Amino acid sequence: MRSHLLPEYIVERDYTKCTRCKVCIEQCTYGVHYYNAVKDTIESKSERCVNCLRCVVFCPKETITIKRNLNNYRENYYWTQETITSIKRQAETGSAILAGMGCDKPYPVYWDKLLLNACQVTNPPIDPIREPIEIRTYLGRKPTKIELELNNEDISLETDLAPNLCVEVPILFAAMSYGAVNLNVHEALVRAAVECGTYFNCGEGGLHPNLRKYGNHIIVQVASGRFGVDLEYLNAGAAIEIKIGQGAKPGIGGHLPGEKVSEDIAMVRMIPAGTDALSPAPHHDIYSIEDLRQLIYALKEATEYMKPISVKIAAVHNSAAIASGIARAGADIIVIDGFRGSTGAAPRVIRDNVGIPIELALASVDQRLREEGIRDEVSIIASGGIRSSADVVKAIALGADAVYIGTAALVAMGCTLCQRCYTGKCPWGIATSNPEIAKRLDSDDAYRRVVNFMRAWSIEIKEMLGAMGIDSIESLRGNREQLRGVGLTERELRILGVKIAGE
Amino acid sequence: MYTERSRKNLYDDKIFSSCAIFGMINLKGERFTSKKPVRAVSCMRERGNGLGGGFAIYGIYPDFKDTYAFHVMYMNTRAKKRVERFLTRNFRTLLSEEIPTENSNVILDPPIFWRYFLEPLPPRLKDERADGDEYVVNKVMKINAKIRGAYVLSSGKDMGVFKGVGFPEDLAEFFRLDEYKGYMWICHARFPTNTPGWWGGAHPFNIVDWSVAHNGELSSYGTNRRYLEMHGYKCTMHTDTEVIAYAFDLLVRRHRIPVELAAKVLAPPYWEEIDAMEPRKRLMFMALRQVYQSLMMNGPFSVVVAHHGELIGLTDRKKLRPLVMGVEDNVLYISSEEAAIRFISPNLDKIMRPSGGEIIIGRLERSRVIEIPTFTRMVQIK
Amino acid sequence: MIDILNMSETSEYTEHVIVEDNRAIINVEGLHYRQLNALLRALSARGIKTIEIHNVYGQRYIGTGLKGTLDIKVYGIPGNDLGAFMNGQRIFVYGNTQDGCGNTMNDGLIVIYGSVGDVAGYAMRGGKIFIRDDAGFRVGVHMKEYRDKKPIIVIGGKTGDFLGEYMAGGIILVLNLRGKEHSMRFVGVGMHGGVIYVRGKAKHVGKEAKIADVNENDLHLIEGLLKEFSEYFNQDVNVKKIMECKFTKIVPFSHKPYGKLYG
Repeated sequence: MRSHLLPEYIVERDYTKCTRCKVCIEQCTYGVHYYNAVKDTIESKSERCVNCLRCVVFCPKETITIKRNLNNYRENYYWTQETITSIKRQAETGSAILAGMGCDKPYPVYWDKLLLNACQVTNPPIDPIREPIEIRTYLGRKPTKIELELNNEDISLETDLAPNLCVEVPILFAAMSYGAVNLNVHEALVRAAVECGTYFNCGEGGLHPNLRKYGNHIIVQVASGRFGVDLEYLNAGAAIEIKIGQGAKPGIGGHLPGEKVSEDIAMVRMIPAGTDALSPAPHHDIYSIEDLRQLIYALKEATEYMKPISVKIAAVHNSAAIASGIARAGADIIVIDGFRGSTGAAPRVIRDNVGIPIELALASVDQRLREEGIRDEVSIIASGGIRSSADVVKAIALGADAVYIGTAALVAMGCTLCQRCYTGKCPWGIATSNPEIAKRLDSDDAYRRVVNFMRAWSIEIKEMLGAMGIDSIESLRGNREQLRGVGLTERELRILGVKIAGE
Repeated sequence: MYTERSRKNLYDDKIFSSCAIFGMINLKGERFTSKKPVRAVSCMRERGNGLGGGFAIYGIYPDFKDTYAFHVMYMNTRAKKRVERFLTRNFRTLLSEEIPTENSNVILDPPIFWRYFLEPLPPRLKDERADGDEYVVNKVMKINAKIRGAYVLSSGKDMGVFKGVGFPEDLAEFFRLDEYKGYMWICHARFPTNTPGWWGGAHPFNIVDWSVAHNGELSSYGTNRRYLEMHGYKCTMHTDTEVIAYAFDLLVRRHRIPVELAAKVLAPPYWEEIDAMEPRKRLMFMALRQVYQSLMMNGPFSVVVAHHGELIGLTDRKKLRPLVMGVEDNVLYISSEEAAIRFISPNLDKIMRPSGGEIIIGRLERSRVIEIPTFTRMVQIK
Repeated sequence: MIDILNMSETSEYTEHVIVEDNRAIINVEGLHYRQLNALLRALSARGIKTIEIHNVYGQRYIGTGLKGTLDIKVYGIPGNDLGAFMNGQRIFVYGNTQDGCGNTMNDGLIVIYGSVGDVAGYAMRGGKIFIRDDAGFRVGVHMKEYRDKKPIIVIGGKTGDFLGEYMAGGIILVLNLRGKEHSMRFVGVGMHGGVIYVRGKAKHVGKEAKIADVNENDLHLIEGLLKEFSEYFNQDVNVKKIMECKFTKIVPFSHKPYGKLYG
């Protein structure tokens, strides 16, 4: 069948500067550039280009420009370039169109409609550089009150506290499975977690033996496919997360194509090499909330009640009610993943049309749990497109105890959001298990980049807290007074629990 | 001139106050007149701006010692009728009368002030399985939240709050405070920057016998309020100080946490200090800070807190607001400024300035002493 | 406005003030600080060189906005901001004082026979403050110096947290003579100039400051200040014995402490 599709991008080269060093050919994993020996020039197959910008970054002479193909369909607000192309592609392939990373469509971004307070006169702003600002927090189940024991002039704690995770900064590294990303990425993230005093979620692909030594800073995940789940795995981490859903692809399962299942991945996941790794849509032993309770306690028993159990759900329409159920089912931490969250591979229609923004889900979950009087018994982690330290602060003000970041961590390492993770050809060496390409990501270099940007965000968070006159993160949690909305409707303001700027 | 804030919006802006606070307790329990407390707070006139003042006095109703004395402020007579109907249904009223006031040129357009001496109705009490205090808290929250135009200013036994718009000295005259005697007085002069004229915004704030006068602003107000509302306390006074009174009631009365540790909830030690403590203390402080994280009071504050038997002074852990304490004979003074104490008691036996987050407690009776060294300074009765 | 130049005619104030040669005594009782300070200015303009003020209870800004030489002796307890923006006068307080003592002081001398509250010497630019007993929090915040104009604060007892925060110049000396173990934290946070000396140890020092070795010049300086201190307070200060103690010297790491923070 003849293809009617046009290249998305056009590769342009400034031949006056090109020295034919062939770095671009080496670096491109999509086979775009090639050397024409006859003409002694480098030429490009634009139709293969995905705009990952690897060649642009690495070209020593800055000769390459990637441009959007000017051959566009006639401008149409409704039948967009992407819409038309998708249909044509489907006509040629008969398959669902895949995409990587998170929803890129222009749905409203509520982070950008929330503004933060600062103190003037009636309360002093605090200077984080001079005065202590505490951003440590504890994640897990907490009792509503504590019992104290009085002995003459001495007083001590009688209540037994449930296990909690201590995070020195309210940002954790989100679950990205071993298989979706490679071992270098996992290693960089877990080492960064140790350095920053936080945790790394190893995702549903199991935990590689080389990383077990960092167990104190790892959250292990139990997803529907139960890859790599045995007693040792469950006890290897500091906490266990039951993955019910994921913001990028709520309601559907996962699919790691056989091509990406290398020997090593196969070993960790405990499936034969080369077979597709399929995660079912639901946990087939959780068909109702009481089943979830059953699994939670099974895990607690398996780990002798020494680890907090977290449950991760995608942000969907009745997240508030679901979260309430999860809290009562015995979960210690609830993770809500908004629709902007990223993935290694998902059908694009699901990624772009299913799920709701984390801002609204978080606000309604926090409010609902308070109405039921159970908010302080569990911790809430928000995730799904946290882009900056300002988003972190706003999330906490809306009610989160902490946030997970996925996309941002990958961007720090090199990702340029070209959205082709599902091809397994990630030229930055992140979303690929091909050892030749994966080795491009030096885990030491990646670790340093991640630590740097975490440090920068910590400084920024403290600056924002100080400006609000708050010297400890627990006084920001759920403090909607510190937020004001702009460009929001009455209903939106009400759901977010935020006043309009000016009030 | 005052305007009552709209009820619809319980999430209204909070009123900030910059102010003067003062407290005085005779540690032997001997009752004294208004002369000294009023003189002291008038010395700090500079800190207020005449738009708010108030007093909480303990030991003023010896004839009704065991009944709950409700001081209620009414913006209109309809509210009064509704409240009285409510009270009849839920309490046995031993006495109800207008709080005597004096006509004044400077106190303009005051609301109506009544007091009721109440006992919870035994059958109702049994139905609700509550003890007296819990029952009263519940009913007070109902009145404040549901009956428009009525605010319970105080609801403790053998004590009362007198407050409103005006300089404290003028309010003392208006309420004829020279006719009362109490063993403990706390006073407040206010400098509000929002909605001047709201009588309910004056301090002290009270629930059962907890009263609070506060200097500062709580940047944690949103967090504190949402936590307290989850536990049944309704914030209706549009002023951040309200949460401090409820916080003490929840921590000390309901959850039975000793008051020294309750202070450590409001002004907790830094994590680095907790990490360095010996294991048992560390565990306890970690638990306190984790479980009651939403009650941490952030922002500059100094407070004077009173409840029967104890006068408490506390500042935020960075000591961003002033607080001084003085002792002469059997009297403990706590004040924003030392000058106010010296003004009424020039020869003090002792004067101390607590550190940030350090609590001062003056106890009437030494029934159970829990001294946590470095966190408390106990004032001895000679 | 008060016209004290014709004081004998201004009956309103004659009962408060007694004048003898170039000395005056004021009974401050009942006076607002505006009236008191206006009186001080007027008396000074008349050539009075020493003024005693009695029954002071919380009047603020005493010593502010004065010109020329003048000694003020305060009996009672001055209010906040004693000697704020002071420019060369001398104030002696026979008792404690409150917050803001020597706020943005430019020149002159303040001697407190007692303790001071918080925020003493904030943004001080010159002059000296001697405190016999203790000081509160945030003493000497953003003190500054220029060439030979160096502000100095000497504290006989202990001080609270955030001593010398943001210090850009000047000298602070904490003597700890009252024997109590001090536990001041966050000493010298944000420091980028000046020097702090503490008799004994200083454990909790901000990351912009560091502990340095005390040398001969330092000891000479400390001894000089100690002698001046003992003259004012007539205390049994055994200068020799105290100089044998260990002093801790705290200085900034650099003049640009925040280089790597923003970029």
